[in-house]
Amino acid sequence: MKAAKKPESEATWPLEIYEVLKKIRIRQIAYVPDAGLSVLIKACHANKEMRSVSLTTEEEGVAMLAGSWLGGDRGVLLMQSSGVGNCINMLGTISECRFPLLAIVTMRGEWGEFNPWQLPMGQGTLKALENAGVVVQHVTDAALLGETVFATGTMAFQTNRAAAVLIGQRVVGFKDWSK
Amino acid sequence: MLQKSNLDRRVSIKALLADRSDALVVTGLGSSCYDVGTMDHPRNFYLWGGMGGAAMIGAGLAIAQPKNRVIVITGDGEMLMGLGSLATIGAEKINNLSIVVIDNELYSETGMQPTHTSRGVDLAAVAKATGFIKTATVSTLPELKTWIPKVYSSQGPLLLVIKVNTNRHPLSIQLRDGAHIKNRFREALFGVNAFD
Repeated sequence: MKAAKKPESEATWPLEIYEVLKKIRIRQIAYVPDAGLSVLIKACHANKEMRSVSLTTEEEGVAMLAGSWLGGDRGVLLMQSSGVGNCINMLGTISECRFPLLAIVTMRGEWGEFNPWQLPMGQGTLKALENAGVVVQHVTDAALLGETVFATGTMAFQTNRAAAVLIGQRVVGFKDWSK
Repeated sequence: MLQKSNLDRRVSIKALLADRSDALVVTGLGSSCYDVGTMDHPRNFYLWGGMGGAAMIGAGLAIAQPKNRVIVITGDGEMLMGLGSLATIGAEKINNLSIVVIDNELYSETGMQPTHTSRGVDLAAVAKATGFIKTATVSTLPELKTWIPKVYSSQGPLLLVIKVNTNRHPLSIQLRDGAHIKNRFREALFGVNAFD
């Protein structure tokens, strides 16, 4: 069977997204780690002009980014699709207050997934976000990720809306358990 | 269990905010929102929802505004819903953030059901265990007054629990529109640049 994807350490999209985050003046990074986000998180931590905060649950990041905007900082929330479910009620605050919010979500449970427990939330991620009033872009071509994060982030901060980029599991790659 | 406090929540808030200067205030939802509403100020951000989020809103704000003191004023029920955020704030050592918990040991808005603080859960001890620099529980006005200067100027993160009695007060704030509360706050901080 053909190997899924290049390991993330060889992929170029994580650092392309990092460059976009700098370009759109992101100052606060709120995250719950995911393997697919590890290169991006490491790059953000190394940047002294960014404050990268590891959370105990993704919901904290939604609240933190509301606070960051109150104080004049743009921020981004990085998480895995399973974390989206933890954010739903707090996204109501974002919607009611018209806070801008940019989220970047690595998908599980949608492409070659081996863990059945990832399916319920993975399959529900896009609908859950849309139901919470979040504009969603689902990207399955790595070449489009940089420009999608740029366009989505720009729109979020210029229109005071919540928006998310879902990075498809096809891009992140999956464990091939058939070998 | 500690002897029940006789301190009134509104007396506490009035003392706490009487000389607030430039401090930025974030409230939790429910009674703490209404209490702070009696001392309205453009630099107040009121939560009417998002239970459990007050401390982390304060954290994001404090990171963005390192030269200003940020004071989160919330209730025991709201703080219990965001216990994980104490670990995040303790680990991050956000030094211009103070959290004040108005603790009546009850969910007042929903029928006065007891919270875990009525059964021995010690929020100041939790905060201390996560790395908060200063923590305390007070239950009298003289004790509170010794802590107010620390809330404004001690190196944080700081968490102060104010044990209060179970008195309820009239709803004292009509400001409910979230977008307006946010925009008013940003305008107070950034003037015309708030809407860039």
